[in-house]
Amino acid sequence: MNVFESAFSLKNSKILITGASSGIGREIAIIAAKHGAIIYAVGRNQEKLNLLEEIIGHKNCKTFSIDLTNIDKVKKLIKDIDNIDGLVNCAGLIKMSPYKFITQNSFSETFNINVEAPIFLTTTLLKSRKINNGSSIVFISSINGSCIGAKGFTLYATSKGAISGLVKSLAADLSKLKIRVNEIAPGMIITDGLNSIEESVSTSSIQEDMNKYPLGGYGSPNDVANGCVYLLSSASKWVTGTKLIIDGGFTLK
Amino acid sequence: MENQFLKNFTDILDDHPNFKLDLDSKFRDLDEWDSLTALSLIAMLDDEYKITVTGDQIKNLETLGDIFKLLK
Repeated sequence: MNVFESAFSLKNSKILITGASSGIGREIAIIAAKHGAIIYAVGRNQEKLNLLEEIIGHKNCKTFSIDLTNIDKVKKLIKDIDNIDGLVNCAGLIKMSPYKFITQNSFSETFNINVEAPIFLTTTLLKSRKINNGSSIVFISSINGSCIGAKGFTLYATSKGAISGLVKSLAADLSKLKIRVNEIAPGMIITDGLNSIEESVSTSSIQEDMNKYPLGGYGSPNDVANGCVYLLSSASKWVTGTKLIIDGGFTLK
Repeated sequence: MENQFLKNFTDILDDHPNFKLDLDSKFRDLDEWDSLTALSLIAMLDDEYKITVTGDQIKNLETLGDIFKLLK
């Protein structure tokens, strides 16, 4: 893999990425590795993680198949890794739920994965002093909940809005250690999660929605991954507590 | 069962229906019918009747009776 030196270089940076077995997280792992990073890839599907390790190369990629909602497993993961220079909280659940059908169970499911797991992974890493000073922490949220609202997404949007609050406050807490905390709020990105939405709405509604994006259609995981490299690298060394919107211009309106 | 179905359907609406609902009613003629109502219908069928339908399936239905037939 070719490595080039620039402010965007991640050469020898150790970066932990959650949700790395598929979609945006997987692409962030690949693009970060192309910029020279050593990847700790966390996901739930070992087979897919193995494929990722093949692509990146065994030397620069270690994989961990764990359920991040299990705090004991998280603690073990943290013991098993070296100190890191970057953390990308990408694991998440996207699901439509009309507000009348929000239950305590669906609330817990969404919040356990989208809010509780990334908070406890991040704070446990920090308490264990596994995140080097000067590191970068990135949370992947969504324009949905942090910038806009959309029909049928109350629960999901609430969980992503929580991430926006978390980023601002944690950025203030960690500034003295020069640890930067930022958020990427993507518009709709073509991943497996989109398929579940397509089943709930309809193919024509998806097509209609795609037409609302000024730059045309939905984004790709690569669009988010490139923004993430910026936030992980020293190119953004004076940037903390911000939200990078990557949405093909959707929120222009 | 028919009355319960009509009640369950009425419950997913945010406002009072703008016409009396029976199995011959064309649900898309409801003033408030939109993508969220369709989504709520899918959630209601799943919750109350353990039936999984997709948005594309709903698109092919016309009357409340068409939906009711899915329950049998």
